[in-house]
Amino acid sequence: MTGSSDPVVGGKVLRIDAVKKVRGEASYVVDVPWADAWHGAVARAERAHALVTGIDREAALAMPGVRAVVTADDLDGLFPFFGHYRPDHPILALGRVRYWGEPVAVVVAETLQQAVDAVPEVEVSYENLDNLMSVGQAMRHGAELIHPDYPEDPRAFGPFCDRGAEGTNEAFTNTMDWGDVDAAMAAAAHVERTRVAYPMLYGYPMEPYAAQARFDGAVLHVESNAQHPFQVQKDLARVFSLGLNQVRVAGKTIGGGYGAKSYTKIEPLAAVCARAVDRPVRIVLTLEESMYTSRADGAVVEVATAFDDEGRILARDVDITLDTGAYTDNSVRVLRKAVETCFGPYRVPALRVRGRAVYTNTTPASSYRGFGAFHTNPASESNLDRAGEALGIDPLEIRLRNLAKFGESIIPDSRPVDSDLAADLAAVHAALKVVPREGKLQGVGFGCALSPEGADPTSVAIVRLLVDGTALLMVGSAEMGQGAHTTLAQIVAEELGLALSQVTLAPTDTHLVPYQWTTGASRTTAVVGLSVQRACRDVRRQLFEMAAELSGDDIADWSWVDGWLTGPSARTLTPGQVITEWFGPHRGEIVGTGRTQRRGDLDLWPSLWEVGVCGVVVSVDPDTGQVELDQLVSVADVGKAINPQGVRGQDIGAATQGIGGALFEQIVYDGPQMANANLVDYRVPRMSDLAERIQTIVVERADGPGPFGSKPVGEGAMTVMGGAILAAVARAIGRWPEQLPLTPEYVWRLMRQRPDGDDPD
Amino acid sequence: MSTHTVRPVVNGAAAEVQVEARTTLADMLRTGLGLTGTKVSCEAQICGSCTVLVDGLPVSSCTYLGVDTDERAVTTIEGVAEGEALDAVQQAFVDAGAIQCGYCTAGYVLAVTALLEANATPSRDEAKHFLDGNVCRCTGYEQILDAVFLAVAARGEQQ
Repeated sequence: MTGSSDPVVGGKVLRIDAVKKVRGEASYVVDVPWADAWHGAVARAERAHALVTGIDREAALAMPGVRAVVTADDLDGLFPFFGHYRPDHPILALGRVRYWGEPVAVVVAETLQQAVDAVPEVEVSYENLDNLMSVGQAMRHGAELIHPDYPEDPRAFGPFCDRGAEGTNEAFTNTMDWGDVDAAMAAAAHVERTRVAYPMLYGYPMEPYAAQARFDGAVLHVESNAQHPFQVQKDLARVFSLGLNQVRVAGKTIGGGYGAKSYTKIEPLAAVCARAVDRPVRIVLTLEESMYTSRADGAVVEVATAFDDEGRILARDVDITLDTGAYTDNSVRVLRKAVETCFGPYRVPALRVRGRAVYTNTTPASSYRGFGAFHTNPASESNLDRAGEALGIDPLEIRLRNLAKFGESIIPDSRPVDSDLAADLAAVHAALKVVPREGKLQGVGFGCALSPEGADPTSVAIVRLLVDGTALLMVGSAEMGQGAHTTLAQIVAEELGLALSQVTLAPTDTHLVPYQWTTGASRTTAVVGLSVQRACRDVRRQLFEMAAELSGDDIADWSWVDGWLTGPSARTLTPGQVITEWFGPHRGEIVGTGRTQRRGDLDLWPSLWEVGVCGVVVSVDPDTGQVELDQLVSVADVGKAINPQGVRGQDIGAATQGIGGALFEQIVYDGPQMANANLVDYRVPRMSDLAERIQTIVVERADGPGPFGSKPVGEGAMTVMGGAILAAVARAIGRWPEQLPLTPEYVWRLMRQRPDGDDPD
Repeated sequence: MSTHTVRPVVNGAAAEVQVEARTTLADMLRTGLGLTGTKVSCEAQICGSCTVLVDGLPVSSCTYLGVDTDERAVTTIEGVAEGEALDAVQQAFVDAGAIQCGYCTAGYVLAVTALLEANATPSRDEAKHFLDGNVCRCTGYEQILDAVFLAVAARGEQQ
């Protein structure tokens, strides 16, 4: 019984972890070293591309407190790579470094300070190779191969991507085709061509990467801030030839993830050190090291679209190139999702997409919130806007003419669109208002997106209803700040008629909780929520069985009414009474399980569609090129807001990260080394960048596949922000940007290159 | 590396801790005194997650030396609540939904505390200006500003 006026689903519910966090009592991996742990500090490559010809460890070993210098020699007998698609990522450099900052050795010492002090004493000698710092350099004819001798498994990139052209640094490719694109282009009233470059980004979870590892007998125990502990478990089992039962990956409170903490990062490094010194070893990276560890792909996206004379799309032809850095990691999925999202949430009768990812000597690229979709959306959306300009159709109207309707499939045989995108966009349009500002150039922009989410929908949940009527939820989804544990607890409370305070989650630990594919792809509320809901229904089913057995009635005579079991002749029992009567006083419990895969309600791909619809008003300073947000309106089309406060936080939070990539953020290489691996030069959004007026329009039409009709949230607003801001700035300054971020310098230069001579000075 | 004995008053209680001259206040608090509520992120005085109060003024403990707190009053997140009861600023952060991953939260609570000590009724622009030295990567800031004004109202009622 919730016992309050606010329903546990859909009412104002405070996060279950908020009090601990606000008191400073939540425990993160960075906070608590295992009692007997030594500390590792990483010696990193000071070359972008080189052969390692020697590592002199003696001087480092002579430093106070240093117990070992772990190198590739310590990988003997192990599978020395990780990577869930193509395991090409060495745990420590194997005779060759492929990016500046790659781990070459780890100094293990009694204290962290001792380890850090000894790192400069590790002397590494190199033989330089050509630095291939960009796609252009890497794809030059005759360029050195970054992965010359990797043993090729032809299925390595499957099922999503094919390997790139042999003998080149093209890593992998992906395509999507339907209809006759060439015929449509030839017959079109108008063909619009657009090119937009999207920068490499760093997700910047504020807690850096951290892991500690030890061997407990035959069990490798790792504690880390990984988003996907079961994916890390799989990589570690392969490295050490262990059964999954022998690899325990546990998490704690996670200080932000956003995809940047997805998949394996430094867990194998800590584990290899622990094996080498036969003692727990802990590694906590700095922000600089975290930026060397993983980033988001950079992208160049070219879109050509054929329109009829009323602005209807006849065909789209899209070319995508990703700079994917030194190793594959999750960029196979990034490329595939870029291909799946690059044409927008529109009716496209004919489509041709060519995508490729290229290895370069830069930090390896992988996941970041909304990947693929945020990379391609600015090119797709500004292409539509520019066509509208050419055809004399306003940006709202050209979208309304092309948006897929509820029930249509934007990709053949995919899950039909389960949103009213036109209504969402109309709501944004109605809410936007330009308030004139003296001395500023102002413009309005819109963005629309649909992203396939849910990833692989494999989820298993266990709900234990305890004899006192409280419940314990066991699920492998990580709480990294997004509020997943609160939302899942709300679902349990609602399904079992409990107060939220009567539901507790077991810690995220592969030895304690059941399998979970990932915590990503906006899948937790809707997909994991479904498995949790099913586990609760399984609890109820067992309660009916037990009540029927106790009463001698048919199980079908029992039903669930507001947290009570109701039987023949209106007999009612609480779940606790059933447990007590069946097992005896103060004993027993019921264990319910639920699972999801691409079956039943989730039988269609994608499991979920995530909506992104937004509008912005910007002001540009004509003297400096600085862009400010006057207004931001975003739609959270979530089907059902299980936690409305959480939905708002996810939506505005995602929008703000999108604003970062649109206006400020970019990883810069101006030589072999990342030039801005720090927060001074990698500029993230701050409070003063907040739009003057902000609104999240929460749309609840109960039209999603998740519990209570829910749909995903948390990536859509990020996806659409780049394109919307780009268009708004274009309308303000009269010239279309072709790259992000829209830094003051870039905007200033664009303004002064205006061909019509209408200089804003 | 020379070591020094530092005797600050931490959260109202006299403390004594050995530090190297180079030890940051953040490291002294987290490693030396076990006060891990203070979080370190950028290590460059940009993000504000490590904000603590020294003699009532906010400092970035990642770039402030432990030795400089000798005989000074240091307030960390562990010293904000009165026993079980949350302080008005903390309660406002909980109520406003201003907490997601929580990594920046301690720094914000102390920065907002300092703001409201200096200016009990800040305007929206004054609050944004004062808090621009704190980064939150999760919330998009709107709910943090909501928390500031919830705290302003709550503190007003207390007086």
